[in-house]
Amino acid sequence: MIEVRDLKKNFGAQRVLDGVSFQIDTGESVAIIGRSGCGKSVLLKHLIGLMKPDAGDVLIDGESIVPMDERQLLRVRLKFGMVFQSAALFDSMTVKENVAFALRRNGNYTEAEINQRVARALAVVNLPGTENKQPAELSGGMRKRVGLARAIVYEPQILLYDEPTTGLDPIVSDSIDQLIMQVRDELKVTSVVVTHDMRSARRVGDHVIMLHQGRVHANGRPEEIFHSTDPIVRQFVDGIADPKEGLAIQPDFPTAMMKRPGE
Amino acid sequence: MTSATKQRVNDGLAGLGQIAFLARDAASSLFRLKIAWNDFLFQLYSIGVRSQAVVLVTGAFTGMVLGAQTYFQFHKVKMDTATLAVVGVSMCDELGPVLTALMVAGRVGAAIAAEIGTMRVTEQVDALRTLATHPVDYLVVPRLAAAHIAMPLLTMESIVVGIIASYVVGVELLGIDPTYSWANMLKYTHDVDLIAGLVKAFFFGGIIAIVSCYKGMNCGLGAEGVGRATTEAVVYSSITVLIANFFLTLVLGKMVGLL
Repeated sequence: MIEVRDLKKNFGAQRVLDGVSFQIDTGESVAIIGRSGCGKSVLLKHLIGLMKPDAGDVLIDGESIVPMDERQLLRVRLKFGMVFQSAALFDSMTVKENVAFALRRNGNYTEAEINQRVARALAVVNLPGTENKQPAELSGGMRKRVGLARAIVYEPQILLYDEPTTGLDPIVSDSIDQLIMQVRDELKVTSVVVTHDMRSARRVGDHVIMLHQGRVHANGRPEEIFHSTDPIVRQFVDGIADPKEGLAIQPDFPTAMMKRPGE
Repeated sequence: MTSATKQRVNDGLAGLGQIAFLARDAASSLFRLKIAWNDFLFQLYSIGVRSQAVVLVTGAFTGMVLGAQTYFQFHKVKMDTATLAVVGVSMCDELGPVLTALMVAGRVGAAIAAEIGTMRVTEQVDALRTLATHPVDYLVVPRLAAAHIAMPLLTMESIVVGIIASYVVGVELLGIDPTYSWANMLKYTHDVDLIAGLVKAFFFGGIIAIVSCYKGMNCGLGAEGVGRATTEAVVYSSITVLIANFFLTLVLGKMVGLL
């Protein structure tokens, strides 16, 4: 079980997390949604101890990880697998070496067991036969799938996904969503998916948490969130730009751009 | 003192403290043998074997120039045969270890900072951590251990080549008497000179590896951050080597009774 209590994090003068609290039960699949820069990825990194909060607590199976040092955290991180937005594959290694990395570091597996587990993990993500390719030879979607294979190969209890479908075309995004659901159902893992892809959030989450201005703005089942009448939730779900932020196209565009300075 | 200057002093002191903590963590891992052995061997090859060409060229031409310059001065007072003695002591005590360290800092320090810095900005260091691997164990310790071992060996090569090059220039080109020159070199170059040079090289290897790893692991974002970290790794490790050389000279001099 993951429990987050009143988490606060500042970067300089900017407050990114302002008292975030929620709980994720074992085996549950949660989508964390919110606008770009609202602190979703920062929150995810706090769950696995990659970042330390300024205040608040993160408990994994009842154990607080905030006071732990880097070496103590290694033990807790054995429970986790994480898929990065950029896949974060080790670019000096082949696909097989990437996927086998955690098993080799563990030291308790024979080479035959490692080969078997790597082949199985690559089969789960539909990438059999890519063992000897370099990450640079793979497409964006394939890299994310190798990242997922690397995260599931040692059968963690909790899987964290940092924007797994960002930058991918709809068909590849759909296959990644299906993989997330397949892994969740087959391995019975707790899944936390950070995304701003509404379709993805709706499909993979048993539960959806929406962050807004550093706080949990909405927390509920997908149908509750997607049928919410709250204006902030609606604006995000419907994808409507806010004219007050100057992000919407001005009425006199592009005429204004054609004018010379001083006209 | 202006606030900007205070900030820079504070940042500098904080950086020194963080380097000290990194060195402590790396030493602790090293003593617990938490080493990725394959990576250690690769780093030994990368730092040691692949630095040989640059170190040998540096050692050879330094020995040749030193031999020629010493001869030009000593010839005026009819002390030609003392030339190799000066070269021997200088190469063993100072020029061998320091110039080797500066060349290795330029070649290896930059490579270490760029590699680790790129891993940091592409989240590969975070990926290591999520895979229950301590970045110090995996990235710093193999480089530190390899640099500690490779630097004395490279320095030894540099010293040997420098002395041989100086001998060739002195005897074959400038006409110094070979027998007296060689005898004087052996007479005035002691074991402690060579040992002092190798001890210095051992420390310089550690300085280059730790400073470069620190700069890589703490580099700024993007290509500019990696570029800056690479430059700073070379500059700071070179300066630290020169400063450390002074203190090591005093300490080693005290230990062998020269002070």
